[in-house]
Amino acid sequence: MDVAVGGIGLLAPGLSGWKESRPVLAGDRPYQPSVVLSPEASILPPNERRRSSDSVRWAVQVAQEAIEQSGVDPRNVSTVFASSGGEMSVFDQLCRVLATEERLVSPTLFHQSVHNAAAGYWGIATRSEQSSTALSCYDDSFAAGLVEAAAMVEAERCVVLLVAYDMAVPAPLNEARPITEGFAAAFVLAPPAHDSTVILRLRLEQARVGESARLPDVALERLRLNNPAARSLPLLCAIAAGVRRTVVLDWLEDQRLALTVEPCRF
Amino acid sequence: MPSSSGPMAPLVLSAYTLVTANGRGTGAVLEAILARRSALKLCDFEDVALKTYIGRVAGLEDFSLDHDLQPFDCRNNRLAWLGLQQDGFTVAVAEAKQRYGAHRIAVVMGTSTSGILETEHAYRARDPRTGALPARYVSRYRYTHNMFSVGYFVRTCLGLEGPAMVISTACSSSAKVFATAARLMQAGLCDAAVVGGVDSLCHTTLYGFSALQLLSSDPCRPCDEDRDGLSLGEAAGYVLLERVERASGRGAVALLGYGESTDGYHMSHPHPEGAGAVRAIRDSLARAGIRPEAVEYVNLHGTATKANDAVEDKAVYSVFGARPACSSTKGWTGHTLGAAGITEAIISALCLTKGLIPGTLNCQRVDPALQCRIVRDHQFGALSCVVSNIFGFGGNNCSLVLGKL
Repeated sequence: MDVAVGGIGLLAPGLSGWKESRPVLAGDRPYQPSVVLSPEASILPPNERRRSSDSVRWAVQVAQEAIEQSGVDPRNVSTVFASSGGEMSVFDQLCRVLATEERLVSPTLFHQSVHNAAAGYWGIATRSEQSSTALSCYDDSFAAGLVEAAAMVEAERCVVLLVAYDMAVPAPLNEARPITEGFAAAFVLAPPAHDSTVILRLRLEQARVGESARLPDVALERLRLNNPAARSLPLLCAIAAGVRRTVVLDWLEDQRLALTVEPCRF
Repeated sequence: MPSSSGPMAPLVLSAYTLVTANGRGTGAVLEAILARRSALKLCDFEDVALKTYIGRVAGLEDFSLDHDLQPFDCRNNRLAWLGLQQDGFTVAVAEAKQRYGAHRIAVVMGTSTSGILETEHAYRARDPRTGALPARYVSRYRYTHNMFSVGYFVRTCLGLEGPAMVISTACSSSAKVFATAARLMQAGLCDAAVVGGVDSLCHTTLYGFSALQLLSSDPCRPCDEDRDGLSLGEAAGYVLLERVERASGRGAVALLGYGESTDGYHMSHPHPEGAGAVRAIRDSLARAGIRPEAVEYVNLHGTATKANDAVEDKAVYSVFGARPACSSTKGWTGHTLGAAGITEAIISALCLTKGLIPGTLNCQRVDPALQCRIVRDHQFGALSCVVSNIFGFGGNNCSLVLGKL
């Protein structure tokens, strides 16, 4: 499967925005992790922004960045939101309330708990009526999301926004899922065209064929291993480098996803 | 309209199975429908003190998953396991494995709350001094509450090695699994797919829907003029999807089309005119390559909330007019949320096979404000094409077209 990459959004410690982060990902500047301020996600109507969780704002922020870069109208774009755990901080709040005698769950907290919360808020912000999917595949949620998005581009010849995101998990849930840093990345994917700047070639391989992608930078590699959405880093680094490169992502115990990045000359 | 050109290639439902509160296996479910026997009972789930009716699957408290499956043990996966044991489904999958190879069969499951009940229990059992969660919970989070849990579980039980993921878009989750599987097959990433949905009762949804004031204090009454909310249920269902030319020939029912859309309107209220719903239905017909006139029966989402049934009626009427028979089967099963898509797809398949248009259980008097032809009583006769609607939180819509080949 070949898809064109038309826009990228990125938010993580020390990686605030795709354009700003590109030299770091290309290896031209050192990676320096820093605290991420709560993103603006300015496309969200004020009411929705106030009610939305951190993970929704992170996901919407990178989605907005990727869409603005691509220049496509978000009302014409289908979406795939991939997250291992979804709204973990909302689950924490919900389960605290449900452990009390009164169990007074707020309606807002409940509707925020769905795995498609970020997808829903994005749809409301953009008034899009296009198809929207939210999925999970534990640590391999990015690979699964990329396959779903690419298959959508291939089968339906449409433009698809892929957003991968997972937030730092609050205590005590972090004992069960020790994600310590937030990470969100977005890609606008489309059928390849004569003016595409980056083509991504996806190939599904059986079993442990190749070596799974590792990152040379120790801190970036730690981030990649800490957060399922950060499994997108090898792909982001390959695109940032601007040269032809193949990276391999794990998918479950018995599949691998080989991604060949082809920068186009025109 | 889908931007792809032309209809999709039909996919055969070559094996399917369903467990709801009505019983284990498609035979029990169909028998309950024919006998107009609802499974909804006054809520007796754990210590929940809400006056509401639920469709609880009996027996899930009486066994546990053991041996290799022990880490997966939780209500949701017990229900998933129970579903796999019915209707010879595992045998059909084993045969498909022989034909295609384990790595060429995908697993695409849907759920809304996965095993969140385990986390709810764990929060009540926190260490009073440190606030820590029980160690047994911590080591099993991945296999129970994590959203992928049921996908991992089903793949493990069936010994499949193809692409796998869990779709979680609230109520539309296990309708959308058909769309994802169809795309994976079209893109050549697999030759067949096990699609399904499993969602089980938990405090989050019972107290959550109660907070939204969407739970009826009686068994739900879809399309009734006095309907006042939904009843929650739980279910597990699976379908083995294969291409027509490679299917074993047992399946007479096929997925002809799917349509997906969003409202882009509100997280928990449907769009007042049902614009997104109309789009999903129209897209499903376009993919099936059929005109609205070919559809004889619409299995409504029909949750029995004031808003859903009114908006869905507008949407369905605007596409079909008052010609096709319409009904909701939630009076039997309750709203099984992330399993509603697969539940109603399989009920639709059973109806196609039996030539049955099911009535709307618990609907005493059809709301005169509804324009569609809502049927209260069963009708029998040849049936060749059905549309099943599922609409959910976040304004996420999916319609499926099922038909006889």
